[in-house]
Amino acid sequence: MTFEPRIVGFLCNWCTYTGADLAGTARIKYAPNLRAVRVMCSGRIDPTFVIKTFLEGADGVLIGGCHPGDCHYQEGNYKALRRYKLLKKILPDYGIEPERLRLEWVAASEGDRFAKIVDEFTEEIRALGPLSFGESIAESMSLDIDPHKELEGREEEK
Amino acid sequence: MDSEERIGVYICHCGTNIASKVDIAEIVEFAKGMKGVIVAKDYKFMCSDPGQGLIEKDIKEYNLNRIVVASCSPLMHEKTFRKVCERSGLNPYLFTMANIREQCSWVHIDENAATEKAKALVAAAIRRSAFLEPLERREVSINPTTLVVGGGIAGIQASLDLAEAGKKVVLVEREPSIGGHMAKFDKTFPTLDCAACILTPKMVQVGQHPNIELFTYSEVEDVSGYVGNFKVKIRKKARYVDENLCNGCGMCMEKCPGTRVPRKGNVHERLSLGPTSAIYLPSMQAVPAVPVIDRNSCIYFQKGKCRICEKVCERDAINFDMEDEFHEFEVGNIIIAAGFQTFDPSVVIRYRYGLLPNVLTAMDFEIMNCASGSTGGKILKSDGTEPKSVGIIHCVGSRDKRYHEYCSRVCCMYALKFAHLIKEKTNAEVYNFYIDLRCFGKGYEEFYDRLLGEDVRFVRGKVGEITDLAIHPGEQGKLIIRVEDTLIGAVRRVPVDMVILATGLEAPEGLAELAKKCNVSVGKDGFIIERHPKLGPVATATDGVFIAGACQSPKDIPDTVAQASAASSAVLSMIMRGKIEIESATAEIDEERCSGCRICNDLCPYMAISFEEEKGVSVINEALCKGCGTCVAACPSNAITAKHFTNEQIFSEIEGLLQ
Ligand SMILES: Cc1cc2nc3c(=O)[nH]c(=O)nc-3n(C[C@H](O)[C@H](O)[C@H](O)COP(=O)(O)OP(=O)(O)OC[C@H]3O[C@@H](n4cnc5c(N)ncnc54)[C@H](O)[C@@H]3O)c2cc1C
Ligand code: SF4
Ligand code: SF4
Ligand code: FES
Repeated sequence: MTFEPRIVGFLCNWCTYTGADLAGTARIKYAPNLRAVRVMCSGRIDPTFVIKTFLEGADGVLIGGCHPGDCHYQEGNYKALRRYKLLKKILPDYGIEPERLRLEWVAASEGDRFAKIVDEFTEEIRALGPLSFGESIAESMSLDIDPHKELEGREEEK
Repeated sequence: MDSEERIGVYICHCGTNIASKVDIAEIVEFAKGMKGVIVAKDYKFMCSDPGQGLIEKDIKEYNLNRIVVASCSPLMHEKTFRKVCERSGLNPYLFTMANIREQCSWVHIDENAATEKAKALVAAAIRRSAFLEPLERREVSINPTTLVVGGGIAGIQASLDLAEAGKKVVLVEREPSIGGHMAKFDKTFPTLDCAACILTPKMVQVGQHPNIELFTYSEVEDVSGYVGNFKVKIRKKARYVDENLCNGCGMCMEKCPGTRVPRKGNVHERLSLGPTSAIYLPSMQAVPAVPVIDRNSCIYFQKGKCRICEKVCERDAINFDMEDEFHEFEVGNIIIAAGFQTFDPSVVIRYRYGLLPNVLTAMDFEIMNCASGSTGGKILKSDGTEPKSVGIIHCVGSRDKRYHEYCSRVCCMYALKFAHLIKEKTNAEVYNFYIDLRCFGKGYEEFYDRLLGEDVRFVRGKVGEITDLAIHPGEQGKLIIRVEDTLIGAVRRVPVDMVILATGLEAPEGLAELAKKCNVSVGKDGFIIERHPKLGPVATATDGVFIAGACQSPKDIPDTVAQASAASSAVLSMIMRGKIEIESATAEIDEERCSGCRICNDLCPYMAISFEEEKGVSVINEALCKGCGTCVAACPSNAITAKHFTNEQIFSEIEGLLQ
């Protein structure tokens, strides 16, 4: 059986989620591998959401927000961008390829682009294969530990 | 976690929209097996009356305390189902929606894959719903005073509508007089009514209305607060003439030895300038009829000597020590009616605007043609003689990827108006150079038809160049318009005496800053973005901020007035309601957990977070918080909760998606 990647998308309500809806209204077909979590703004996406998602067995995570300058709450997307960059640095420490995390700005009018991104990302993750991190890491990241604190610690070490 | 959650799950077929791709029966069975689910049912159309009735009945019968509907997007029907819950006495925030149409059945081909994905989405919704908490509905009262920014025809109409309904209006106009562009026109298409005759009475009414507080030569300095309760700060620039003392006699202007110089490089100011003294009245019909001293032109301000106006003013209204004043108001709603400015054609070098004196812009022509303009309404070349031929060039700055991609909507029509006026006042031959003629409004096509009968020439083609370089004696002393006539398929040279550039409309200077102050956005084209292009043309994404007129996009006077009245009626409806419900899903700080690091304080785009020195913790002003969640994700102590988007709720959703 071929490997079907499991991808979770955290999409902001005003742009990317609406764009994803538009792909639907326009009946544009794309890979069924991504499942969306709707948040009001990409600024709400806590790095722990991403870590938690990988821990739960996702092979890829997409963060979707409004284009720079278009955030409904002015600049939540810039905050998301900073956290994304931080995560990209930290993921390898957990044994997770940074390519498994992707950030995209998708406007409410870009249904076709949303579909293309999902297709592309699905193929990229398919090429990477299923996510597997060492036993020890999975153990140390068990949810008793507040991943938030964990991240903080890591950041200071750097 | 609420151990006693009793969840009802409803799967919608949406006719065949969902059912043709997703195995509904399988989803129902799957849902039944999940923790906390008391009933799981499917129905053809959940949003229909019987569908809603089904939920209401079950809530009572099974004593349900959580509802999940798997159907279309929450952006479509979340409100509908929240209302269903409310009618049955269930807090609307205990409702969850799974989007298995827009983001599932409509976008996937394989039925198994679609069914699997739908299961994951339903599982996520069910798991999330277990963690939901009831939220209190929040209402704020609406201050009945309205701020209107911009005193063109849009702002005038909106202000009068509100004032006539007995509501207070604060009208802020940055120029010394209200009236906007329309006040500079002589005639208006398509009916050729006299602009002054229809506008001036309205301007006077604004100036005298007891319910309108008019601030001209003023700008909005700052806006804070939220729908129903905005605080605005207005800067009233010093005009050096006391409005309360001046009686508009005009002595000062008569005696002033200065001449007003336009601000350097500002084509828009250059355009609106007839020859005037340094102390000037923008027009004969100005409201208020109080002159202004232009500091840059005033001999006293520039050289330290003169003050002639002060001596001649019998009312002692001149005050050289006047300073900018600040005024603060509380208003419930804001209407932005800041209009447009015209495109500066000097960047289109081939048209040689500014180099060839008989190349005019549309506004130059309007001002010349106006009875109170520089030539007393006569159409004259720079040498004072009447032109024998005039070329009008359409779409200058519009429909051109290098400048503005959009169509400015009014240029075709005003170009036709110009052609008619030139024919009426002179014996000149008139040529219109157009790409397409867009005569879309009521009576517009008829107006075009009338012009064809007036012997106006139409040449279809985009003009390449305007030059005074003659290549044969017939072109000597003329402006030559080089154009590819696409109807005959040849390049032509048309010699004329005068050229009018039909310059397009663009967002006025300062609109983006004003928008930012009011927390609304401008689009790629620079105009303010409306809430919905079809169904919300006068509202914006920010509650309590409305738009009217050309600041939303180029438009003619009829559309501007219609939009202005739509905006004022939207505001009136808010005022009459007296109260409005605002976002309940805000953020909250747990005092116990907050370490007082203040990281969140600067992150909030709405300045909703402040620091309480005594307790050493941060607090969120719920009235200001919009629930974006930025601070929540940033707090290193995990002290902030985003209501309705808590970590627990999102974690359980993730678990559901991947279970
Ligand atoms: C050459 C020409 C001819 C035209 N002829 C016709 C015609 O014959 N018939 C017709 O139907 N339409 C015509 N139009 C279109 C018409 O001008 C517009 O429909 C109309 O003026 C729009 O009104 P408005 O109030 O939205 O904007 P404006 O008339 O531009 O008024 C906006 C006002 O807001 C003020 N303002 C701007 N920014 C601020 C700020 N930050 N703070 C405070 N105040 C601010 C401005 O000073 C101005 O007074 C013509 C347009 C042009 C360019
Ligand atoms: S970021 Fe968290 S801990 Fe720091 S002040 Fe804000 S609420 Fe308190
Ligand atoms: S959720 Fe957003 S709006 Fe509310 S306090 Fe936090 S940062 Fe400000
Ligand atoms: S609302 Fe879309 S990123 Fe902030």
